[in-house]
Amino acid sequence: MSEVTQTRLWLAQRISAMVLAVAVAIHLTGIIIAIQGGLSAAEIIGRVGGSFTLAAFYGVFVLACAVHAPIGLRTVLAEMTDLKPVSVNGIAGAFAAVILLMGMQAVLGFYGLGGG
Amino acid sequence: MSEILVVEIWRGAEDGHFQSFDVPRLENQTVLDVVTYVQRKLDPGLSYRFSCRVGMCGSCAMTVNGTPRWTCRTHVSRVAEDGQLQIAPLRNLPVIKDLTVDMRNFFDKLAKAGGAFQSTKARTDNFAQIPPADPRRKQADAGIECIGCAVCYAACDVVTWKPTYLGPAALNRAWTLVNDARDGMGDKRLSLVAGDDGCIACHSQQGCQEHCPKNLSPTAAIAGLKRSVAVAALKGKL
Ligand code: SF4
Ligand code: SF4
Ligand code: FES
Repeated sequence: MSEVTQTRLWLAQRISAMVLAVAVAIHLTGIIIAIQGGLSAAEIIGRVGGSFTLAAFYGVFVLACAVHAPIGLRTVLAEMTDLKPVSVNGIAGAFAAVILLMGMQAVLGFYGLGGG
Repeated sequence: MSEILVVEIWRGAEDGHFQSFDVPRLENQTVLDVVTYVQRKLDPGLSYRFSCRVGMCGSCAMTVNGTPRWTCRTHVSRVAEDGQLQIAPLRNLPVIKDLTVDMRNFFDKLAKAGGAFQSTKARTDNFAQIPPADPRRKQADAGIECIGCAVCYAACDVVTWKPTYLGPAALNRAWTLVNDARDGMGDKRLSLVAGDDGCIACHSQQGCQEHCPKNLSPTAAIAGLKRSVAVAALKGKL
């Protein structure tokens, strides 16, 4: 992997960190407000399901996670294990794919449930 | 002040052992004085390095009671614990013998990080005029007094974990040159210090500046490099 790519990954991690900081704040505030109206599955689906805005927001959230966490994992593995760079990049890439798939499945799942 | 100092000194290469010596305690004695006493009076076979004895050349650094230090300016009274002193070679560099380490990696990395000044003028040109208050000059001045002792390099955990990391001294040097208006290397130097082995590997834990005997802050220099590298990467100039 070239130095330019390595530096871009680092930059992507910083930028996704900023996105995450905002997203986590909104997410937590949202939860605290939403809990006031009850915490049943039906309640949650009623609020979140079918909302394009919320689906878009959580889509960005998942994307930022899928960028941020695997790059950090890549650094930790490189510093703390004897794994070869190919393996490290492979594991980090797979981790990104898992986060992206699971996260998007959840987001689309809620969206698909409609407004309850 | 006890009369005798019990000094444990590392002997051998990587797989050596500590050997104990009794050294008479003197007033204003430095750690380097202690090592020199052992070599002159007790065991002429002891290997160590020094030159200036006044904190200028950067050749006398060792690990003293677990901490990397310049030994010529470290008073025994400041570091001896209960009349005991343990002196080992610097960390993060291959041990050649006793207290001498192979500094090649350290110096090669200074070169690798673009540590050589690249002149833009000929000797017939006039002097560059740079006001001392110029912000860039101030950044350069902040790191310019490095004596190349490798104390920071020995203190940095990232160097331990990732032996290819350029390390604090090389990056500090690069930052002084990035801010030197007379230097002509420009973005090329930024590409040399970018990447996994460059400034972006630093965890900003400040072990380097905690231990630097010249009170420099390689951490701040590296933070500056990170900013410049980020801007260059965004502009596609790396
Ligand atoms: S601040 Fe950076 S260079 Fe200094 S010791 Fe920590 S990781 Fe190493
Ligand atoms: S930055 Fe400080 S500790 Fe590091 S080599 Fe220079 S003088 Fe020594
Ligand atoms: S002998 Fe020169 S710095 Fe210590």
